[in-house]
Amino acid sequence: MKILVPVKRVIDYNVKPRVKMDGTGVDLANVKMSMNPFDEIAVEEAIRLKEKGVATEIVAVSVGPQKAQETLRTALAMGADRAILVQTDDEVEPLTVAKILKAIADEETPGLVILGKQAIDDDCNQTGQMLAALMGRPQGTFASKIEVSGDSVAVTREVDGGLETVKLALPAIVTTDLRLNEPRYASLPNIMKAKSKPLATKAPVDYGVDTAPRLKTLKVSEPPVRSAGIKVADVDALVAKLKELGVA
Amino acid sequence: MAKTLVWVEHDNASVKDATLAVVTAASQLGAVHLLVAGSGCAAVADQAAKIAGVGKVYLADDAALKDALAENVAPLIASLMADHDAFVAPATSHGKNVAPRVAALLDVMQISDILSVEDPKTFTRPTYAGNAIATVQSSDAKLVITVRGTAFAKAATEGGSGSVEAVAGAGDAGLSSFLGAEIAKSERPELTSAKIIVSGGRALKDGPTFEATIFPLADKLGAAVGASRAAVDAGYVSNDYQVGQTGKIVAPEVYIAVGISGAIQHLAGMKDSKTIIAINKDEDAPIFQVADVGLVADLFSAVPELNDKL
Repeated sequence: MKILVPVKRVIDYNVKPRVKMDGTGVDLANVKMSMNPFDEIAVEEAIRLKEKGVATEIVAVSVGPQKAQETLRTALAMGADRAILVQTDDEVEPLTVAKILKAIADEETPGLVILGKQAIDDDCNQTGQMLAALMGRPQGTFASKIEVSGDSVAVTREVDGGLETVKLALPAIVTTDLRLNEPRYASLPNIMKAKSKPLATKAPVDYGVDTAPRLKTLKVSEPPVRSAGIKVADVDALVAKLKELGVA
Repeated sequence: MAKTLVWVEHDNASVKDATLAVVTAASQLGAVHLLVAGSGCAAVADQAAKIAGVGKVYLADDAALKDALAENVAPLIASLMADHDAFVAPATSHGKNVAPRVAALLDVMQISDILSVEDPKTFTRPTYAGNAIATVQSSDAKLVITVRGTAFAKAATEGGSGSVEAVAGAGDAGLSSFLGAEIAKSERPELTSAKIIVSGGRALKDGPTFEATIFPLADKLGAAVGASRAAVDAGYVSNDYQVGQTGKIVAPEVYIAVGISGAIQHLAGMKDSKTIIAINKDEDAPIFQVADVGLVADLFSAVPELNDKL
């Protein structure tokens, strides 16, 4: 079984995003960029399925600028077998990405597509579900456990009340939540090896997908700031405050 | 006038609170129609029809809809959207699972987690874990939206007189089945609707210590219990306790953060709380930058003392 793993190049999760003074977006100039953390979890899960003998090949895909090559090389260094970069400098929306991924899935016919549940830049949480709809296949979102058996996969999902498990017919789409696994670091020899793994470069037009956005960003602003309040000296003073607030 | 279709969050027995804020958001777009999709859920539809401001309630009662599997629910919503201008769902795990599937079926770019309706095509929404608020305008003919519950007032549960209309489900798509759930049972209030929340962080050491320290204080205050991602990742409590960007977004009257340092992703989930109280032994912890009342103290002595004195 082949596994398709889409990955996104985003601002590194340790960097505090700064809104540009002119309100047009977040300043990404000279900012460290990395693979979206949820996508790292997706790559790791695919590798574990390959190590277990469930998967035979892992194809990493990214839709983005030329520099997204670096993100794909990271996936290859972790253990993906080959990569496809669908190169565009346009800002692509989840619906666009889902359409491109659908076209790639039609060519590659993966048994599983594993994606991060959301990207930490736009926080949309849409691409996996949209891809599942376009492919007419089932979806297991916010996965904390994946078990493939025969022609189905059991996915344990993190939901508001706890956990729920669904059984999906393969091919299926799975999106990862935080506790699915802990992604490995790529070793230096594997980073070197990744440089010679195949990486194909395509364009959205190769898949017949129009990248024109449906949403127009009119403005990006800082959230309202909360200012620090007071510090109390001891528990008695805290109790008094709580009484003032009417909670005790 | 525009017509909206609102996803009613329920457990086949009663309407969940998350629905009420969505009704308020949808009413700013046009007439509010509700969809109750489930199995044996007629009582839910009757209850939903009483929500203030509701016009029609569609009741799709079908065994295939019992567990709200997206594969079975999305085609039903997509077909109802032929007669509606916007599909509006709560940004809960159900809403986030189903809405994008509907959006793709309609070829619409979804607007996730809205904080406000600026005009019928323009919305604000958080990006970068709440570090940047984007104002976005849709050019799609129809809209698919999820709503951040804490950003809108709750519609009144009484006062409406909607009519209930039965609609047929789309049947079982045969793609997925529900195997089971481990849903935490608790006597405490639900996290997302609680007035007071007591939350614990990694400093609580382990599961038994977390329970022994946080639970008594929460119970004394009639509060819900929350946790930071670090505490959940470390296995002190299960995922349904998590407050933060990737957990639950909460905005109670009072949020008491115990042994929580205040990572950005945690703050993103609770910084709209009315009053934030922090107990932490590190006086430089970032949580104190957002706390209204801070106590620099060792939680293992301060929390029991607080519990005794309340």
